Amino acid sequence: MAKIKCALIGSGNIGTDLLYKLKRSDVLEPVWMVGIDPGSEGLARAREMGLKTTHEGVDGLMPHVLADGIQIAFDATSAYVHAENSRKLNELGVLMVDLTPAAIGPLCVPPVNLAQIAAAGGVVNVNMISCAGQATIPIVAAVGAVQPVGYAEIIASLSSLSVGPGTRANLDEFTYTTSNALEKVGGAKRGKALAIINPADPPLIMRNTIYCEVEGAPDREAITASVLRMIEQVQIYVPGYRLVNGPDFDGNRVAVFMEVAGLGDYLPTYAGNLDIMTAAAARTAEMFAKGIQDGSIALPGVKQSEAEAV
Amino acid sequence: MAKSKLEGRKVRLHDMSLRDGMHAKREQIPVEMMVKIASALDAAGVPYLQVTHGAGLGGNSIQHGRALASNAEYISAVAAVVKQATISVLLIPGLGTMRELQEAYDCGARSVHVATHCTEADTSPQHIAFARKLGMDTTGFLMMSHLNDAKGLTEQALLMESYGANTVYITDSAGYMLTDDVTEVISRLRDALKPGTEIGFHGHHNLGLGIANSIAAIAAGASRIDASLAGLGAGAGNAPIEVLAAVCDRMGIETGSNTFALMDLAEDVVVPFMDSIVRVDREALTLGYAGVYSTFLLPARRAAERFGVPARDILIELGRKKMIGGQEDMIQDTAMSMARARGLPGTAG
Repeated sequence: MAKIKCALIGSGNIGTDLLYKLKRSDVLEPVWMVGIDPGSEGLARAREMGLKTTHEGVDGLMPHVLADGIQIAFDATSAYVHAENSRKLNELGVLMVDLTPAAIGPLCVPPVNLAQIAAAGGVVNVNMISCAGQATIPIVAAVGAVQPVGYAEIIASLSSLSVGPGTRANLDEFTYTTSNALEKVGGAKRGKALAIINPADPPLIMRNTIYCEVEGAPDREAITASVLRMIEQVQIYVPGYRLVNGPDFDGNRVAVFMEVAGLGDYLPTYAGNLDIMTAAAARTAEMFAKGIQDGSIALPGVKQSEAEAV
Repeated sequence: MAKSKLEGRKVRLHDMSLRDGMHAKREQIPVEMMVKIASALDAAGVPYLQVTHGAGLGGNSIQHGRALASNAEYISAVAAVVKQATISVLLIPGLGTMRELQEAYDCGARSVHVATHCTEADTSPQHIAFARKLGMDTTGFLMMSHLNDAKGLTEQALLMESYGANTVYITDSAGYMLTDDVTEVISRLRDALKPGTEIGFHGHHNLGLGIANSIAAIAAGASRIDASLAGLGAGAGNAPIEVLAAVCDRMGIETGSNTFALMDLAEDVVVPFMDSIVRVDREALTLGYAGVYSTFLLPARRAAERFGVPARDILIELGRKKMIGGQEDMIQDTAMSMARARGLPGTAG
């Protein structure tokens, strides 16, 4: 069956890492990469890998969307420009997978709610929250599956080299989006997210600590089993997602200490934060792509005649 | 005795008892005690008082401990009683946000330390710009300064100045810097920054150098110094403000503060209030010796008790792993991994 054609917007760390993931996909075919800097290393890499590129932003891509049959676009720019990118591409019937903290569409963590979002229908924009959200929300949801989580708090430690200028200049958006998603997707009544950027050399592997305060005395056995099952679910698409310590129980507090090693596609393996974000985005897009292929998902806004013409 | 070369220099003291001091009190300073200490500091002429959770805005958390009151409650209560002093807050991007800064401003805070690790100044532009927009006295605060060299610190300071900071601090969070290091860094900053940009120094007393380093900073061009009553602060504490004021008096450095009033406040109010005397004990000395974030002291002691690994061993390991401020979760994680590696009971698997 023909692969579903994709465009990548943003040629920084995340966009470039995502490109490697898409190149390996059985159902997705990256066709375009969009940047804003003609000298961008990411664009040069994309050209080497056979993609068409533009350094004129989304407007440089627009004339080619229908002609090249783009049906899914990944946006790894910033929350500020995402809304406009999404509006323009949605008009042409393109599904947006949003890797910025803009959070226009439903928040998605694949093992927690991807199936539900895909089944709901009518979705034109899916948001991937943040790397910290992808790394921690599965654990919060796993604890919450056993008993209610009154409060969830997560700490993401990222190596300095893996955090690009967009994230650095907009740390508050990262904090707000991740905190909100701990509640909306993780199911905690209240959520709080903390981020630490550590410059150690050699770089430290991405670490995530998840604290959950549960209501009532924690059912240790059931929580431990649920967390371990969830880790396996994430490992399907991020093999380097590993438990370091815990679950540790202290009163009603559950603590889980994780690390995320990446595949080393673009940045070395310490940058698991890139992988967990891009792998989750690729997995989400694949779910939709399979639905498009078998006809179970119709992207709204694409006229049938146009869809058939490509 | 000979006259000091620093005679006539003006320095503004910035009291940390009610922010850094929160660490030493495990965030358990009651609002009434904050009000009492703040009023007395205000009456003693101290121009700046920092008032928040030890980790600053957004600090109330499992990671950093929960204080007895919210930051808004502390700031509002203190703002209601001070007459001349400016109330400041700490904001560490990644933990605190601009929403919380707005709230602190609404409660009466008019100065802020926007703090980043000493190599990550570029995570602060939003917050510094927002503080300036509010009209706040805005400091860029380079934590764990010993983990960058003078050239690197100068680059980071210039970034913060470019975002709008009117003061840049060298922050010796681990109490690791030697006096010559302080002189070198502050001198380079003084040469590089605009003449109108002030320079500050925030010390910890882990190697017993809190006062000496503060004086070295003043000699090299710093005009703001963080200090706290009887040193009430993380690790072995900050430079004790009553000692600093006394030394400044002797050297003819003008602080505008009443030294005897500070001595009385330290002795009669703060020392009796301490959970244990803040001093250079074995673990605090380890922080300064190994370059570990001072705030890790008490959580490391708690982890030592729970997992059976000595606190000093945990602190040394955290230093080896290059953990920085804000990574308090890694204290328990490290203690658990060490306990398992040592085959201690209850750690199987």
